[in-house]
Amino acid sequence: MKSGPEAPATALLPGDGDGTSTRRPVRTGTPHLPDAASRATGGTPPAGVRAAARLRAAHNGRTTTVPLLHSDGPFHLRRLRPRGEQARVCVLGAMSAPLGGDRLALDVTAGARTRLEVTTAAATIALRGSTRDPATYDVRLTVGEDASLDWLPQPLISAAGSTLHQTYRVELAGTSRLLLREEQLLGRSAEPPGHLSTRLTVRRNGRPVLDQHTAYGAPASAWDGPAVLGGHRATGQLLLVEPGLDAPPAPVLLGDPARGQCVLAPLADSQVLLATAVAPTLARLRHLLDAALAHVPRAEAPS
Amino acid sequence: MHLDHPVTMPHRHTHSADPRRPDGSRRALRIGFGGPVGSGKTAAVAALCRTLRGRLSLAVVTNDIYTQEDAAFLRREAVLPPERITAVETGACPHTAIRDDISANLEAVEQLEQELRPLDLILIESGGDNLTATFSRGLVDTQVFVIDVASGDDIPRKGGPGITTADLLVVNKTDLAPYVGADLDTMAADTRRQRKDLPFAFTSLTTDDGIRPVADWVTERLTAWRSEAGR
Amino acid sequence: MSRTALLLLADGRFPAGGHAHSGGMEAAVASGAVHDTTSLEAFCRGRLHTAGLTAAGLAAAAATGHDPLALDDAADTRTPVPALRHIGRRLGRQLLRAARATWPCPELDHIAHHRPGGVHQPVVLGVAARAAGLTPLDAAHAAAYDSVGGPATAAVRLLSLDPFDAAAVLGRLADDCDDVAGEAADAAGRVATAGTTVLPAASAPLLDITGEHHAAWTVRLFAS
Repeated sequence: MKSGPEAPATALLPGDGDGTSTRRPVRTGTPHLPDAASRATGGTPPAGVRAAARLRAAHNGRTTTVPLLHSDGPFHLRRLRPRGEQARVCVLGAMSAPLGGDRLALDVTAGARTRLEVTTAAATIALRGSTRDPATYDVRLTVGEDASLDWLPQPLISAAGSTLHQTYRVELAGTSRLLLREEQLLGRSAEPPGHLSTRLTVRRNGRPVLDQHTAYGAPASAWDGPAVLGGHRATGQLLLVEPGLDAPPAPVLLGDPARGQCVLAPLADSQVLLATAVAPTLARLRHLLDAALAHVPRAEAPS
Repeated sequence: MHLDHPVTMPHRHTHSADPRRPDGSRRALRIGFGGPVGSGKTAAVAALCRTLRGRLSLAVVTNDIYTQEDAAFLRREAVLPPERITAVETGACPHTAIRDDISANLEAVEQLEQELRPLDLILIESGGDNLTATFSRGLVDTQVFVIDVASGDDIPRKGGPGITTADLLVVNKTDLAPYVGADLDTMAADTRRQRKDLPFAFTSLTTDDGIRPVADWVTERLTAWRSEAGR
Repeated sequence: MSRTALLLLADGRFPAGGHAHSGGMEAAVASGAVHDTTSLEAFCRGRLHTAGLTAAGLAAAAATGHDPLALDDAADTRTPVPALRHIGRRLGRQLLRAARATWPCPELDHIAHHRPGGVHQPVVLGVAARAAGLTPLDAAHAAAYDSVGGPATAAVRLLSLDPFDAAAVLGRLADDCDDVAGEAADAAGRVATAGTTVLPAASAPLLDITGEHHAAWTVRLFAS
């Protein structure tokens, strides 16, 4: 089990002074990308990158393959060595993204009977960019019958001045298994966060089972107050769908108000479990989410 | 699988003290026990349960200031099986839960009726409150107000809705009268003056069968209730 | 519409069980997160824009006449922890009892008949508002105000706060309540054509975490 999300962030702006990479790749290679000059002058819209990356896993009768792997814009998709029957794909950031005005989409399908894991190589950092327009990042996860998807990206960091609207749309079959982890850090060290809104909708067998919208950072109201984050800057969730679960576990409560808190409990559709956590740091957040996962009968922690 | 929809309760959401359930059967008699903190409400309820449980099907709803304390006492004393005791939270206002907004108590009562039917008697104990706290007629059929000798022998003289209008007034802890200098004769005279023809009982729950006068009164009420409901 | 009906529905003295619920305030006070007027206001503002907005959307949608059972399902998908679903339905049953006595109508009977275990409180609130001749915006106002009125009252009891300070907090939240109600009613106006997914689903991690936590306490003053 890992102790924390220690993967380096590759899209940090210069001057962060934290010793991590300051690489800021040139934003080229997508058909909709305006040239650097127009981006810099904030010229005419659309000022952002439009990119739609896709990947699809299929079962060939023997094991899981990944016949579709379409990289686009900032998303460079790469196959990793499989783990047993599980195919693995890593999303590498080919440039800093999302920036203001970017419209990014990532579509992942785990076809029937597949075993698929998708990770990202580095934290995703929402940055301000040259326009004040919001960036959008739409993740669509579709899991077929008897298929299993682990979606385990590195954290999303909302940097000062950025605005990102993120959506997760998860479509599951009745026999799908899913492990989804989503972690957010609001602001890099010693800076206020940008504005980060996330809408998560999960449907199972066509029926909605979870619909959730969070909004942090100004102009959201009282987002760091005692009803919402209580001053914590890291928040995240684990969504676990286990059709084989006989009886849902009783709610699990972890942590304390100062060092972060987590609840793991079944949704109304009791084969879907959700862990929700807030914590002062990403490391502490990961610790809480890992500990919550360890309470689930399936109980194998993601790497 | 959807576990959030509990057992159906077809008689729920009614809002009157109708003596019959929607299916026409007789519901349990509901008796409220009110009175100031420390007067012995919980002890009286416990003693009643011990006395009556052999011949009646009983349940208890407690309204604690701090939830579970009284219910926990009753469970610990094993006066009734735990499923026959329910605690209702009162949001720091025990009198509100028995008088102004009785919905949580009605829920608890109906739940017990549903799960333990047939029930003969449900005792609803209020959280310890002041002399003005009485039960709504929408919640209970009849009510007992419990005061005690040790809190001062002038309490009956002071009166208040509980003392003057409760269907039965219990003056408890008579065994302590010599120690606190209480004059039982004065208390009885004041009580009579305040209550006119309404009944009252002086009790000492530390003596054997000290609850007897209250148990007899409850039994009478139940008999009357059954004959009324049977009409 | 009867403006007085709205006052009655939103009155904290309406016998619908709200007095025994703190809306997460008891847990927030116990952890020290709410300890004075400033933190009370931050709590209420946060709750209003999250749980309050979501409740207002459901209430407004129910007041449009949209199927209350579908809205109850929508409330479930917006309430990830069992303790708060349980409380939502319990308060729904209690409000239904009071509403049926006050504004008897087939729509309220329909809920009692089809979901004897209760539906989420904001849905009942919307159906009751409709039964009382109120608009979806009225229902949203009642839900938005309810999301902060209960916690503020609870804070007065739990912290012995000056009740005038608590009233002033609610007064300062009036514009926010109006905004939330307006946003909720707008969304509710689209439900008939676009379905319940257009309704607000604003959520607050700490309300979920501490809501489940509070339910596990053995000693507490409030039911939630």
